[in-house]
Amino acid sequence: MSELTRLTLAEARDGLKAKTFSATELTKAHLETIEASNEALNAYVLVTPEHALAQAKEADARLAKGEARPLEGLPLGNKDLFCTDGIRTTACSKILDDFKPTYESTVGANLWSAGAVMLGKLNNDEFAMGSSNETSAFGPVVSPWRRNGKTDKLVPGGSSGGSSAAVAAGLCLAATATDTGGSIRQPAALTGTVGIKPTYGRCSRWGIVAFASSLDQAGPIAKTVRDAAIMLGAMAGHDPKDTTSVNAPVPDYEAALGKGIKGLRVGVPKEYRVEGMSKEIDDLWTKGIEWLKAAGATIHEISLPHTKYALPAYYIVAPAEASSNLARYDGVRYGLRVPGKDVIDTYENTRAAGFGKEVRRRILIGTYVLSAGYYDAYYLKAQKVRTLIKRDFDEAWSKVDVVLTPTTPSPAFAFGEKTGDPLAMYLEDIFTVTVNMAGLPGLSVPAGLSSEGTPLGLQLIGKPFDETTLFQTAQAIEDAAGRFTVGERWWAGDAKKAAAAPAKKKPGGK
Amino acid sequence: MQVDEKTVRRIARLARIKITDEEAKSLEGELSGILNWVEQLDEIDTTSVEPMTRVVAQELKKREDRVTDGEIADAIVKNAPVVDDHYFVVPKVVE
Repeated sequence: MSELTRLTLAEARDGLKAKTFSATELTKAHLETIEASNEALNAYVLVTPEHALAQAKEADARLAKGEARPLEGLPLGNKDLFCTDGIRTTACSKILDDFKPTYESTVGANLWSAGAVMLGKLNNDEFAMGSSNETSAFGPVVSPWRRNGKTDKLVPGGSSGGSSAAVAAGLCLAATATDTGGSIRQPAALTGTVGIKPTYGRCSRWGIVAFASSLDQAGPIAKTVRDAAIMLGAMAGHDPKDTTSVNAPVPDYEAALGKGIKGLRVGVPKEYRVEGMSKEIDDLWTKGIEWLKAAGATIHEISLPHTKYALPAYYIVAPAEASSNLARYDGVRYGLRVPGKDVIDTYENTRAAGFGKEVRRRILIGTYVLSAGYYDAYYLKAQKVRTLIKRDFDEAWSKVDVVLTPTTPSPAFAFGEKTGDPLAMYLEDIFTVTVNMAGLPGLSVPAGLSSEGTPLGLQLIGKPFDETTLFQTAQAIEDAAGRFTVGERWWAGDAKKAAAAPAKKKPGGK
Repeated sequence: MQVDEKTVRRIARLARIKITDEEAKSLEGELSGILNWVEQLDEIDTTSVEPMTRVVAQELKKREDRVTDGEIADAIVKNAPVVDDHYFVVPKVVE
């Protein structure tokens, strides 16, 4: 196992600049690690070695000439929700089949034009609908983390489970991800990685397979706070092709990291002390408060009274927008087609065969709440509740600069533990979903280990477009808590023994 | 809100998703469960609340009214399951 894959993004960048190793060596080290690990972890649904080595070669040429761009030669993973020009993009659904976009997502294009190298496409819950990566047509991702002394397969979170697992296991230096209700922050929390969902409008949504357009945002999952800051700086920016992308300057997040948090006002919302929250999550939260106090921040109890309504409102808004967005998959213009006796029968056969169970369930819920006579009672009501959720935060910002909460209500769970009951799975997002509903930036930073030895995260919520404060505060937590990395790489070089893990080359049936 | 099997079938038809009898039965319970759960929103009085439309007040962007794209028919039909020339082919719609 190459030591190069243990580097952080910032360390690798410095190593390339110092010519300690080349971009080609760095890329090869990652490709070899993927080769040895992916059968067990199933983090990548497509590895693109030729593409990666060609980008690395160009990076080496630029490095040699002293013309390095910000991410020159740094190998990344790209969530399969991001369209890649000429490279298969499936959203991990059978319905997209062998879809090869003829364009690149804006966020992807930003990264590649900053010099980054793409290693391949990362697994996710089908159409990003899930919190465990178990709904992927390519089969679930296995977390590199295990409970102390146990070998049960744990989920890496979702929907960006391929991203979180790949970063935690050293299968890329950092990864792209998307977050509609917690899909960056929850997987980051469960794998000891850092994930940030920026303010809605900070990153362009153009070329990202749409789930719920008023909630979707792209962001990075990375090994450290600094790495996440570097990544977001490269991904963000105004894009005329996305009307909701905001034309605001992107600050130098990395440069702001060292500023410290003396005098920062941190809010602790009492409504997040939910019934049934485990003691270790509560203790972690208390520890986080102590760390921030020690770093010079002041702590203030705040109230966000509409918190409990965020999740039910989300499960109206998100399925409604999904049912509309996913209407485009009809077997006519791209993807799978299952013929029928007429055109409607063809649509119905295609969509029944192409969508997985959770996606079908959400489309049906969405169709129901948008159907004639129900729009006001459901979708409009939920959008009004969003206003109230946002208003809670607007009031909080007069007293505090940032809000601290746990990221998830419990540590990583094992395969199948929550698949029986959709509502139990939905509760995974209870602390993250308010942030999407209000459009605010949210960041998850590793803060400790559970009694089972698995990672736990704390969430920071910021004012609109104030990602800088999130990075600075997260840095204070990281400085106090340290980093959490998987000790033994049990999965690597042991691919044959792990053959029982579901790793499929193409989306196939169960 | 109790969703019956007939409603499940109507919704599935609207969504253009074929469902089996078995699926219709299990969806009845699942959809009812989720819809009952979201009904807690009725506790909140929203009569004088405006629906949220955007996070940060921002004027809708406009662009110049001119053609900026096009002449890419090959790219558009590239991923289609069945194509004839630059047309998407579907089962006969009009007799």
